[in-house]
Amino acid sequence: MTSRKITLPDAEVLLQTLAEKLKPLLQPNTALVGIQSGGVWLMQRLLTMLDSTIAANHIEHGTLDVSFYRDDYAQRGLKIETRPSQITFDVEGKHIILIDDVFYTGRTTRAAMNELFDYGRPASISLVALINRGGRELPITPQITAADITLHSNQNLQLIQNADGILSLELQTSSE
Amino acid sequence: MNNPQLDADGRLKHLLSIEGLPKKILNQILDTAESFVGVAEREVKKVPLLRGKTVCNLFFENSTRTRTTFEIAAKRLSADVISLNVNASSQSKGETILDTINNLIAMHADMFVVRHAQSGAAHFIAQHVPAHIHVINAGDGRHSHPTQGLLDVFTIRKYKPDLHNLRVAIVGDILHSRVARSEIHALTTLGVPEIRVIAPKTLLPTQVEKLGVHVYHDINAGLKDVDVVMMLRLQNERMNGAMLPSVQEYFKTYGLTQERLALAKPDAIVMHPGPMNRGVEIDSSVADGRQSVILPQVTYGIAIRMAVMAILAGGQAGGAQ
Repeated sequence: MTSRKITLPDAEVLLQTLAEKLKPLLQPNTALVGIQSGGVWLMQRLLTMLDSTIAANHIEHGTLDVSFYRDDYAQRGLKIETRPSQITFDVEGKHIILIDDVFYTGRTTRAAMNELFDYGRPASISLVALINRGGRELPITPQITAADITLHSNQNLQLIQNADGILSLELQTSSE
Repeated sequence: MNNPQLDADGRLKHLLSIEGLPKKILNQILDTAESFVGVAEREVKKVPLLRGKTVCNLFFENSTRTRTTFEIAAKRLSADVISLNVNASSQSKGETILDTINNLIAMHADMFVVRHAQSGAAHFIAQHVPAHIHVINAGDGRHSHPTQGLLDVFTIRKYKPDLHNLRVAIVGDILHSRVARSEIHALTTLGVPEIRVIAPKTLLPTQVEKLGVHVYHDINAGLKDVDVVMMLRLQNERMNGAMLPSVQEYFKTYGLTQERLALAKPDAIVMHPGPMNRGVEIDSSVADGRQSVILPQVTYGIAIRMAVMAILAGGQAGGAQ
């Protein structure tokens, strides 16, 4: 394929946009759930950025590692590093907002939804992603994103967190 | 050296003994188990990883606890489980181990959990099964009991996370204990600096020092300032001939009492792989006491067995992540 220069957006700027868009969704009986690892970094930042709204509405939060629910387990096996999922609030009847970094095929979201239902029956689930890179393979799409771009399937977009907690996006292209 | 437990990419293929497993794999199992502990506390105590897989528990030797925890672990991973008490059926009719195995493979079994009185039985089976089938050793003779060793280390890590600063004492029938052997290998690999074995000469294997442990014949000296006391069961059924004067005499010299436990560090934990002989190797007040973590060991045993099965059964077709 012909190479094409892509300018990646600044993740920190995207995070500001995401926080503004997320704010109206933060109502009583809502809970935030970050998906490991990028979604958890984003959630931690959003908890700080929106702390007064979160406190006023008593918004709870948790994390999911979807390793045990992935549909590629039979092909790829278990990740070397898994982290315990931590959902300490009652999922039953809650409006859950899932937070992920890069939305791609929708398979991670499906795994996260399956896991959530093993904790209880939520009232609703919505999805917030920092960036939608296109290429979904399931009838799932994020309700809120800070940016939408289109990438080729040999490109891998990742959220990186440096030692100071600053977020950035990194694009890797593999040869086909 | 060819390690039958690992595939060409260094990934775990069978779990046969802790000896020969690199630290990286031990840590992978322990860390994965950490994620499984929480699964048992949820509304639905199951994950879908082994959906559609068939796990065969092959127990050529009885063990209620190990068999039950393997069965629960496999079921919590959504596998179908068959538990066979083999010595009661085919073997008594003269069928060989391999014929039993081949019949189960013909029924599309995916994983074997094997307990056998003969050392090396699980290795033998692992050498004969096709590549897509995994074998877990659930105890073979005096040789090895890797999931017990792993769950013991996991329990220690839960209560004493800094393994590099621990003094661990293993007390009792080291000679007949596959558990002790597995524990010593696991603790050494993970960097525990001081392991003591406390036993009468008659219950110690010859050249036990070669495993890198300190030998004590006096329990009072051996328990001094330790962080972890791991008791072993006196294995009456494995003893031929009189190695001990009497059970009462053993309790008097090697039984863990409150007075003796007071010699260890004040926050020391007490462990036992079960089944316990109360009043033989351990006093009831210690077994049920504040420092006992014997029941948490059972709970963590399920998480460890889930982790081992989940690591083994995944990723048949492709490479590791």
